Amino acid sequence: MSVHERLITYAQALREATDQEMSRDPSVFMMGQGVDDFKSFYGTTSGLLEKFGAGRVFDTPLSEEGMTGVAIGAALAGMRPIHTHIRMDFMLLAMNQIVNLAAKSRYMFGGTVSVPIVIRCVIGRSWGQGAQHSQGLHSLFMHIPGLRVVAPTTPYDAKGLLAQSIRDDNPVIFISHRMSLFQKGHVPEELYTVPFGQARTLARGDDLTIVGISHSVVDCLRAREALSSVGIHAEVIDPVSLSPLDTRTLAESVRRTRRLLVVDSAWTCCGASAEIVTAVAEYLQGQQAFSFKRIGFAPVVCPTTKALEKLFYPNPQSIAAEAYALVKGKRSWQPDFIESAEILEFKGPF
Amino acid sequence: MSEQTYRSLYLIRRVEEEIARVYPGDKIMSPVHLSIGQEAVSVGVCEALKPDDIVFGSYRSHALYLAKGGDLNRMIAELYGKEAGCAKGKAGSMHLIDVRAGVMGASAVVATHIPQAVGYAWALRQRGSDAVVACFFGDGAAEEGVFHESLNYAALKRVPILFVCENNNYAIHSRQKDRQNAANICDLARSHGIPASKIEDMDVNEIRSRSAKAVEEMRRGSAGPVFLECMCYRWMEHVGPNQDFGSGYRSKSEANEWFKGDQVLQVGLTLSSSTRNKIEAEVEARIKDAFEYAEQSAFPDERELCTDLYK
Repeated sequence: MSVHERLITYAQALREATDQEMSRDPSVFMMGQGVDDFKSFYGTTSGLLEKFGAGRVFDTPLSEEGMTGVAIGAALAGMRPIHTHIRMDFMLLAMNQIVNLAAKSRYMFGGTVSVPIVIRCVIGRSWGQGAQHSQGLHSLFMHIPGLRVVAPTTPYDAKGLLAQSIRDDNPVIFISHRMSLFQKGHVPEELYTVPFGQARTLARGDDLTIVGISHSVVDCLRAREALSSVGIHAEVIDPVSLSPLDTRTLAESVRRTRRLLVVDSAWTCCGASAEIVTAVAEYLQGQQAFSFKRIGFAPVVCPTTKALEKLFYPNPQSIAAEAYALVKGKRSWQPDFIESAEILEFKGPF
Repeated sequence: MSEQTYRSLYLIRRVEEEIARVYPGDKIMSPVHLSIGQEAVSVGVCEALKPDDIVFGSYRSHALYLAKGGDLNRMIAELYGKEAGCAKGKAGSMHLIDVRAGVMGASAVVATHIPQAVGYAWALRQRGSDAVVACFFGDGAAEEGVFHESLNYAALKRVPILFVCENNNYAIHSRQKDRQNAANICDLARSHGIPASKIEDMDVNEIRSRSAKAVEEMRRGSAGPVFLECMCYRWMEHVGPNQDFGSGYRSKSEANEWFKGDQVLQVGLTLSSSTRNKIEAEVEARIKDAFEYAEQSAFPDERELCTDLYK
């Protein structure tokens, strides 16, 4: 089987990148709640304890701020920690360490130290995650100079970008969507890196540009299919890296399509979608006017019941309807409701 | 030892007096939190450390920086916002750093450096080093959640770290007993399984010997963290170059015992006047040079605004 034929899941891709980086560099270690238990953090750490030992793969107390500080301290001492959170919501307890210390240390201390840490976290919907297990808080981190923020969607990008993040000398917030973790893709077995600040165009089209953040991009591809049935050809782009953002790729697409729809796995207010629209507008200012629209979470707290939850998130149908309105100037079409297979199939309890 | 101790105490006292003297002239255009009166804690602990041991401190770290051997010229240049400063002027008084001297960068958000000190110490042991970490903080830090998270983890992993609580009784203007129900910081450490003891009189020799005992046990590889609470008294206002005994929240009478026990004075009295004079003359010359160095250094180039964010 050639490497290009090998299909593995996103979670397996993360596991493989971690394994290969830990083999390559003895200063890399992994800490977080449950990284060494039988569930192995969605399978992303399975076998690592046995291979590298409890000194390099270990559980932590429930002390988000304290353990983030421990990771920063170890990084100051020359180690490369990967610190994990099973839900991004819990990172709010670590905001002080991330924003006041990790992001600031290199600049504040005049370049005399660096903080090479990777903070891996999981966001996303499915199985009634409710108010405090569902948030996509990436824009909070995009706001902070000194952090890198990435949210890869494909297994290929997940592996390459995790390797890149581990090697990087700066703090990286590495975001994975629950629904992406079990999706399969082509992933080379050998170690490679994917650079920061490089968006990936997943499908070509001339009528509008749809930018989908994290797992939203999968729904954007489904919407694209529905749109093609009414003669609309959408270009779909995964920004992959949110900070730094590949504004050029996004803007050059919009220059051609003159329409931009941004779909986020988060709220729109002051969000990544606001930043993307603004960055593209500044880039094209005076050169190319364009129309735009943002969609994301409903501007409320995430409800748990399926009856309301389904209205909370953008879906292929609502994305396609917004895209149609953007192209045609009127809201006069939407496809039948398309249930995303991975959402339909996913069962808890976690 | 007492000559070296006096040199260190006198240096810190006089550097800070000079900072207070020049401060109204607006050469130093950022907050300064002076350690005057508390010098013996940093000096005592740091005399028990080796050059490759590491210290972490808070925004009130002038004493710690100098006691651990941080570069004086670069410190004053830093306060003046000059490129020759220890962080090219990007840090100022609150974020002093001298990696070569083992002084890691100071944090201005109370207690937030404590888990980093624990992580650093964990990494040292992980790598088989016999170096240790000393982490300094005030009594207010004991009220922060991350203080407890850090102590728990240090004890759990038997990390080689000396926690040094400089208890000066005040968090800005509020007293410990108005902030802490039990007001017993050593007991908090003990509840995490960390041996803790208190030194009531800020005696520099006692601080040194207890610190030395603690770090030597850590160096032998088996001992975990140790907690030292050093009572002390801040002579100056919380932030700024002045005294504030007339401001109503405290009176000079409560300071009298501390003035009498002043370690700069007490250690100085153990030396002959000629030895003392010689040390003082040397120190004064160094301080004069440092302030001249800061005066003469250039401000950072405008291009510096956007350097050092990412590596």
